Amino acid sequence: MFEWFGKVNFTPHTKVSKFAEHLRDGRLMGSKCSKCGHLDFPPRADCAKCMHGEFEYVEWSGAGKLITYTRIDAAPIGFQDLDPYTVGVVDLKEGGRLVAWIGESIPESAIEIGMDLQVVPRVFDELPNIKLYYTLEVPGTTWIKAGEVG
Amino acid sequence: MKRVGIIGIGHGKFGRRTDASVQELAFEAFREALADAKIAREDIDASVIGSVPEYHKQRSLSGVVQEYLGLNPIPTWLTEDACASGSAAIRTAWMAIQSGLHDIVAVIGCQKMSELKTPEILALMGRVGEVQWESIFGTTFPGYYAMLARAHMHEYGTTKEQLASVAVKNHHYGAMNKHAMFQKEITIDKALKSAPVASPFQIFDCCANADGAAVVIMASEEKAKEISERVVWLDGLGSATTTMSVLRRPTLTSLPSAVDASRQAYKMAGVSADDIKVADVHDCFTIAEILAYEDLGFCERGKGGKFIDDRESYIGGKHPVNVDGGLKSKGHPIGTTGVSMTTEIVKQLRGDAGERQVADANIGLTHNVGGNGQYCFVHIYNRE
Ligand SMILES: [Zn+2]
Repeated sequence: MFEWFGKVNFTPHTKVSKFAEHLRDGRLMGSKCSKCGHLDFPPRADCAKCMHGEFEYVEWSGAGKLITYTRIDAAPIGFQDLDPYTVGVVDLKEGGRLVAWIGESIPESAIEIGMDLQVVPRVFDELPNIKLYYTLEVPGTTWIKAGEVG
Repeated sequence: MKRVGIIGIGHGKFGRRTDASVQELAFEAFREALADAKIAREDIDASVIGSVPEYHKQRSLSGVVQEYLGLNPIPTWLTEDACASGSAAIRTAWMAIQSGLHDIVAVIGCQKMSELKTPEILALMGRVGEVQWESIFGTTFPGYYAMLARAHMHEYGTTKEQLASVAVKNHHYGAMNKHAMFQKEITIDKALKSAPVASPFQIFDCCANADGAAVVIMASEEKAKEISERVVWLDGLGSATTTMSVLRRPTLTSLPSAVDASRQAYKMAGVSADDIKVADVHDCFTIAEILAYEDLGFCERGKGGKFIDDRESYIGGKHPVNVDGGLKSKGHPIGTTGVSMTTEIVKQLRGDAGERQVADANIGLTHNVGGNGQYCFVHIYNRE
């Protein structure tokens, strides 16, 4: 089900495909090596440290700090209906980084390197198939997780 | 160790070459390189093609280039390292010659990009970023370098004016280069008023996709001395990689692959950054040239903006850089660029660069980056 991940997905097959299922349920998952305990985000099936091939998913809080960003005015195929959009890179509290769109809770004028952000799982409502992504929002932003009382 | 020399160079016109196919572009540069080397094509015993195949409808490009150039039945192979494919070709030609397997090798950089539309190219180039976790957010190639620029501006106070100053310099020299796509001076004001692409970049921070070809003919020390009286020697080769993913980079204010590759090349050639009299560096975006000043050791880390402010990269400065106009004004046919850079350094070391000649240029350098730093090749050339 990794083809769910991304407005346009380029990697339908991967050993970390359950990441997308968890994201649909509102959970941002990294990987933890079953042997040495190394934590990684984006999740990896094969440990970057000790090369072990078994892992478990661990939930990340999604808290992070912005380390760089750009507002894209010239978009590639598949994204031209969205431009301009701003992508940011965040250092995640539990380790690793991710790229995501900066969401509507943050106006362009408020974007600053070093600011605290919250990664929020999202579903594209307007598309017929499941399409998942996440955005960067102000800390404290809430969302529904499957199995939790809303 | 025996040396490998460049005995011939050829360079076609870069730009939107709607008049020619990719093999016809290659032919222009090839014919010129043979004439320059004063050899016949029968003297060549292998060719290496530097090109990024995804841009062409023709699959397995080497075959059609080899046929059109009349190089059958000698062997050929293609090297691909994104925008550094041309330098990868030069490196493998050096290896082929040093191994003793071949004596004279033609390195053919050729690329046709204008058959695709800009959004298609943005999509292709954007996928030189990591596709599983990054490209799904519509990241683009300008976007990646823009994020490096943003980080550099934040950490070192580099300004948009300094970025634009790189473009002004490169257009200044490109105006004197008949092969350049844009042979026109620009002003800082014009650059700062141009259309936005990926903040902080505007149009004039970005090089243009282009069609074009360049060829160098490389030979063993023995053959080179036999054939030519003005050989330029490839004495230092460095090559390194860094992560595909921006998410796993140790730094966003430097290209670690360029730092590693340059240190290897300096060591192998027995020179230091101070010895480099002229350099062609990979200015696909204005920040890339500023990063190159720092990564190559032309100035201190974080002082790249000041380096251009002080005009140290102009002719007459400490390290003249991209006095052929760079990718910025020549255009960037991605597989060709590394070979194009090499032709310029050979010209400079021979003293053939005309009004763009750097005085007493005896040692020169090329710095060719693939993707947004995933691959880097640094080559050092010596005329002695
Ligand atoms: Zn491990």
